[in-house]
Amino acid sequence: MWVIYTLNGLYFAALLFLTSLGLNIILGVMGILNLAHGSLYAIGAFMAAWTIIQIVAKAPPFVLYLSLLSGLVLAGIVGFLMEKSLIRAMYKRTLEYQLLLTFGALLLLEDVIKMIWGGQAYYASAPFELMGNVDILGHVYPTYFLFVMLITLLAGLFVWFFMGRTKLGIMLRAISLDREMATGLGLDIGRLSTFAFVLGSGLAGLAGALVVPTTPALLGIGMEPLILAFIVVVVGGLGSLKGALVGALLVGFTRSFGIAIIPEIELPLLFMIAGIILVVKPQGLFGR
Amino acid sequence: MLTIDNLKKHFGFVRAVDNVNMDIREGEIVSIIGTNGAGKTTLVNLISGYIKPDSGRILFFDKDITYASPYIRIKLGVGRSFQLIQLFGNITVLDNVRTALFSKYGMIRRGLLPADRYSSVTDEAIKILDNFNMSDKKDLTPTGLSEGDLKILDIAVAFALKSKLLLLDEPTSGVATNDKFKVMDSIVSAIKKEGISTLIIEHDMDIVSGYSDRVIVMHEGKIMAEGKPNEVMENKEVKATVFGIVS
Amino acid sequence: MVKNPRWVAYVLIFIILLFIPRLLSIYHLMLFEYGLTFAIVGLGFNLLLGYTGLLSFGHGAYFAVGAYTVGMIAKYFPGAYSLEILIPAALLFSLIISIIFGFLCVRHTKIFFSILALSLSMLLYALLFKLYHLTGGSDGLRVPLPTLLGISFKGIRRPEFLSGTYYYFLLVLFAISCVIMRGIVSSPFGKALQAIRDNEVRAELIGIRVRRYRLYAFIISGMFVGLGGALWSFVNGHVTADLSHWVFSGEIVYMTLLGGFGILEGPIIGAILFTYLKLYAMGNTQYWMFVIGATLIVLVLLLPNGVAGAIASLLAKIKRKTVKGTPC
Repeated sequence: MWVIYTLNGLYFAALLFLTSLGLNIILGVMGILNLAHGSLYAIGAFMAAWTIIQIVAKAPPFVLYLSLLSGLVLAGIVGFLMEKSLIRAMYKRTLEYQLLLTFGALLLLEDVIKMIWGGQAYYASAPFELMGNVDILGHVYPTYFLFVMLITLLAGLFVWFFMGRTKLGIMLRAISLDREMATGLGLDIGRLSTFAFVLGSGLAGLAGALVVPTTPALLGIGMEPLILAFIVVVVGGLGSLKGALVGALLVGFTRSFGIAIIPEIELPLLFMIAGIILVVKPQGLFGR
Repeated sequence: MLTIDNLKKHFGFVRAVDNVNMDIREGEIVSIIGTNGAGKTTLVNLISGYIKPDSGRILFFDKDITYASPYIRIKLGVGRSFQLIQLFGNITVLDNVRTALFSKYGMIRRGLLPADRYSSVTDEAIKILDNFNMSDKKDLTPTGLSEGDLKILDIAVAFALKSKLLLLDEPTSGVATNDKFKVMDSIVSAIKKEGISTLIIEHDMDIVSGYSDRVIVMHEGKIMAEGKPNEVMENKEVKATVFGIVS
Repeated sequence: MVKNPRWVAYVLIFIILLFIPRLLSIYHLMLFEYGLTFAIVGLGFNLLLGYTGLLSFGHGAYFAVGAYTVGMIAKYFPGAYSLEILIPAALLFSLIISIIFGFLCVRHTKIFFSILALSLSMLLYALLFKLYHLTGGSDGLRVPLPTLLGISFKGIRRPEFLSGTYYYFLLVLFAISCVIMRGIVSSPFGKALQAIRDNEVRAELIGIRVRRYRLYAFIISGMFVGLGGALWSFVNGHVTADLSHWVFSGEIVYMTLLGGFGILEGPIIGAILFTYLKLYAMGNTQYWMFVIGATLIVLVLLLPNGVAGAIASLLAKIKRKTVKGTPC
């Protein structure tokens, strides 16, 4: 059974990694803690679920998998709109106003989702079923979970490469290290920030989209991932890619093994571990 | 009363403070001059406890305060003002000074009455503001004041700590040239009245020669020269490096 | 003296408030009582936000502690279920939890502080939710009518209780809270908190123990919020785990901002306004979160100092216009 628990841990970690990576990018580059990040996750989930349900009978499997990307795209678009309208207004303001504005956005988006998709649950299990199962070390395991891990790996590599090697990525990192200096270097902070926000939102939307073949899209689906992403950021350290990875793995495994051993204790246990790490290392494991 | 022993602080390759030895006696006003990056502000940060040295000792009245927290140094009597003004922007001028007094007298934990009821402390705060010619502005907040006034207030707050040693980091920077002497007159008369030892970082040589008992010249983290103002000014090396005069 | 007009106004308001039960219907009275309990919450919360400059999205935890103290005593110690025990007990447990959570939180800088405060409240939420044998889980706990100094209210229904003895009990505690908070805020400690808010480096360098006083502010605010939670539970009759959820904490922040966190009275006005706003929205549309969210956004963008702040600025402007020759 340990094989299954480990694989599940990796699966949870993968989804969490995508979400917290998005949060971390926004936090790192723009210094903004987006309380509506979970809403973008939810938007990704609903969009993907709805798309799959619409085309499930008519399209080949390949297209179904592709339609998961629709979640990413819509989340990115909403992120773009959010940044242009709200976040812009927040640069000059203090942390309190940023949190309040994003909190307002969360409340707003929660109902916007309700307006567009209604209050029902969307089951989009087709991709999950289509992929079937695979045999790992004598255990039967759903291929879809491995698919998710693969997508996450690709996304992670993409972001790592992007941040480290491309001109755009390096500019984003420069901003996150020292915003004023970056302005002095002539970087277009506005455009780059929008890009960072869209990237972060897209990642959250992707995570939400990836989860719907296994869990129905419901109102409030973004709440728990948001909290967990916060824990990952806090434990892993602000603005650290490595931290997001390690944090996600830690939380993912705690979740997987916790649920298996004593279901009730899983969330409190998680917080307790996070608390201990913070007492010992206040800035997180890899924090600056 | 302040002894600095082989103090060192490196930031990577930059030797901000490099084996500095210094003595300040009670009641002295000593100015530190030097080019930008000579290590003056780092030295003040080390003495006030804002940063800790790599090696060396700082003794204050024979007590080793090298690694003591800022809180302890203030309680022992080390106060400082800031080059970039650091004030409490949303409370009144009076409260800026008065809060420092409350802190000094340990009343923050024990005071249960409204601040205004503590008339002796309030009067003292007003008197300090008076010494600096700011008492008419006591109910304004820093947002409404001129640069020069902000500078004076910054020093007044440091002053309120009744320190035995006052560290002033560029007290006249940002002050209009016409007002510089007025500001220094207020500060120095208040200092001399209480007999406070003072370490001033300055660029302006007129200020330095007008008010200091002694001058120390720093260059690239080391002390290049020290002595009475006119002696130091005649020093060839000092003239070359600090004033750029080659004879 | 400047103080006198204010105190006169306060006393007058208090006297008017004494007559409220006669003026309002039961429905509106209960709404007002909800507002009063949140006003106490807001006062306490604002000590941390407005005066110390720390934003916590996790203060619902202390509200829940106060409320659940009442619920748990009702369930497990019915013999002790009287107000004179319940209120101190709620204060005690809020104190304990604030010390623990506060100690963890104040070691951190602004963003981390907010995330941590939020996470800790969610920890409590998870505990309240999952330990359903103890806490009633998602069903929560019932809050029956308590006794007060031996007077039992058996046979009376809740609305009568609320419009009678309980209203005056609540009003008195509200008045006491106001007086205490005003005292704290104008004391040397209050000035030190504001100094910490404005410039923590300088505060440290004039000898103020920043971390320690932040913790004190945190604890005091936690106790006020816990008191509010306990008093709220009697009006609501029922407590659930959502009280510790961060979205509820967000509502606390919202009402403080709505009223304005620059002035002492701000949160009081904000609490009462928010109570009515939320109920109005919920009563008129299923998309009340949209309404509340949109209002919040507009508020932050247009009235950063809240309603009370806007009124204060307006009054100041009028004063300036009517006093001739005032130097700018």
